[in-house]
Amino acid sequence: MNFKIISVASLLVTMLFAATVFAAAPIRIGALFAVTGPAAFLGEPERNSAKMVIDEINKAGGVKGRKLELIAYDTTGDATKAVQLATKLIKDDKVVAIIGPSTTGETMAVIPVAEKEQVPLISCSAGSKITDPVKKWVFKTAQNDALAVGKIYEYLQKTKQTTVSILTVSDGFGASGREQLKIQAAKYGITVVSDDTYGPKDTDMTAQLTKIRGTHSQAIICWGTNPGPAVIAKNARQLGIKTPLFMSHGVSSKKFIELAGEAAEGIKLPSGKVVVADQLASTDKQKKSLMAFVKDYQIHYKAEGDHFGGHAWDAVMLIKNAVESGADAATAIRDQLEKTKSFAGIGGSFNYSPQDHAGLGKDAFVLVEVKNKDWAIVK
Amino acid sequence: MKRDLLLFACFLLFIMSAPQFFAGGYLMNVLVFVGINTMLAIALNLLLGYAGQISLGHAGFFGMGAYLSGIMTTTYSLNPWIAMPVAAVVVGCLAGLIGLPILKLKGHYLAMATLGLGIILFIVFNETVDLTGGPSGLSGIPNIEFAGIVFDSDVKNYYLIWGVTLVVMLFSLNLASSRIGRALRAVHDSEVAAQVLGVNARILKVQIFALSAVISSLAGSLYAHTMTFISPASFGFNFSIELLTMVVIGGLGSIYGSFLGAALLTLLPEFLRGANDYDIIIYGALLMVMVMYMPGGLVRGFPDLFRKIFKKKAESGHA
Repeated sequence: MNFKIISVASLLVTMLFAATVFAAAPIRIGALFAVTGPAAFLGEPERNSAKMVIDEINKAGGVKGRKLELIAYDTTGDATKAVQLATKLIKDDKVVAIIGPSTTGETMAVIPVAEKEQVPLISCSAGSKITDPVKKWVFKTAQNDALAVGKIYEYLQKTKQTTVSILTVSDGFGASGREQLKIQAAKYGITVVSDDTYGPKDTDMTAQLTKIRGTHSQAIICWGTNPGPAVIAKNARQLGIKTPLFMSHGVSSKKFIELAGEAAEGIKLPSGKVVVADQLASTDKQKKSLMAFVKDYQIHYKAEGDHFGGHAWDAVMLIKNAVESGADAATAIRDQLEKTKSFAGIGGSFNYSPQDHAGLGKDAFVLVEVKNKDWAIVK
Repeated sequence: MKRDLLLFACFLLFIMSAPQFFAGGYLMNVLVFVGINTMLAIALNLLLGYAGQISLGHAGFFGMGAYLSGIMTTTYSLNPWIAMPVAAVVVGCLAGLIGLPILKLKGHYLAMATLGLGIILFIVFNETVDLTGGPSGLSGIPNIEFAGIVFDSDVKNYYLIWGVTLVVMLFSLNLASSRIGRALRAVHDSEVAAQVLGVNARILKVQIFALSAVISSLAGSLYAHTMTFISPASFGFNFSIELLTMVVIGGLGSIYGSFLGAALLTLLPEFLRGANDYDIIIYGALLMVMVMYMPGGLVRGFPDLFRKIFKKKAESGHA
């Protein structure tokens, strides 16, 4: 009698174990975001978006019956930590792909690890040198700075403005923008008449702006992330500068309008389409993804979804699509990623190829203007 | 003397056998950084713990070593074996030159001066974009090669870094128990008394400052060649403070203490990662508790703790 119970019980237990083994193991995806530290404005929305979209995929039954598991670590924006954590993701957590890091510096530090261990890396940072030259295992979802600069210069060319003053922040983002602004100017028949920088923590830029006022340039282009550009907008207004002011996509979130207040009115900048999702023509291929993202983010986090979070959203969806087409290991996922064609995400319409791991064209950006404390597309 | 040698031999065995347990995992990678941080903590401890001179700019020397080595090997394609000593000599000379005037300062003023030095170096790394690559960093730094072996994996780097660290440790242990070590401690306790006894305190301080910078630079070069990428963010003011914390938590004036401090501060965040968003709070609280209850640092705190527990047991045993 006793023996029977024990044998039945042990059979049941064995079956239970067997069942857990047969229910396919989740596919583990690693993520490195700078959730705290100076780049938290990137890392936080990125982590939130990645979590949100993975939860949703799992709620809907996963991909091909398998759940996705997100293992996200905070790099605090430190390259050394990013490298350690990338190694941890690959060696201990055995992830099939890594999303992030948030900044160009960290990404450049992690690239050798991903290349050596042969794990696909989908960076959420913008620096063009991440995918130029193309590296076998490295992709990115953030739009190149080159595209943003092109968008502004195109507009200037159209409106026949030929002299600009540039004012860039002295960090990775600003340095990359400054380089592109200077390289591309000639192509659009534009002359950079003055080239100034400011520190990421500066709280007053009247000195630089006074100098710029003296150059009588037709446009001022400022390249930075919050809060610097808001200070510049306010300083420019205080000095009574009437020259049109352009900003970078680094400030295309409501936060900038809040910080700059009245002074933000009339400022133009290239932005991912996410901030003007509801104004897009219904024929726009991205509209569906964008509206879904904005709505979801509002529900989950009671905040406006921005394009930084969008980079992580795109990365997760790219991996999901790769898994859907049958890949579940690092190499297969990489190969599938490279075959991605016209995937309409948040950052733009992605077309990867063996020669292009950035995957976006000029249509990824729209030029927007601040009107009545909101964004409006410049026609 | 014999006891010291035995202790070092045990330590050597401990360090060299570690890969047996951790090889393959990511912890190996963290242990490489424990080695680099140990070297830096020792460098700062020689200055702070022995000679009693504070420096809040050591991340700058660390960064200079990394950048000089990085630039020489990438832009000018020099061999790392040439670049590393050249970097060390340049940083040593610079530290000597700067040390001459600023080491006349004392206490808070010296802290301010070295702080300024660190910040200036940080700005230089950021702003000389053509040379250093600016804020987005310098990539493509080659790994070190020795006798046909390329040090490109965590295990290989572990042996390389710890090999150098152990040499630095042995050298520092020797220095500390030599005539110079005693002179340094004399300067620490009272500069006037030391001078009366015939110690040239001024020169000695500059020498130890330069030596400390040279070791930091060496650590920086090794860091650059193991990471193969460097950016200014790693060499900021925060890192100087972290080094200072390592030295104080580990134990001022103890070489093994520097190792304990570096190991603790490098490994602790890794173990606390499970606590998710609360890790920073726990980390801070732990540091506070340690400073309060182990003012002599880990190196003296742990034996004291054991003694206390043991004593209590003995007492209760008598009763």
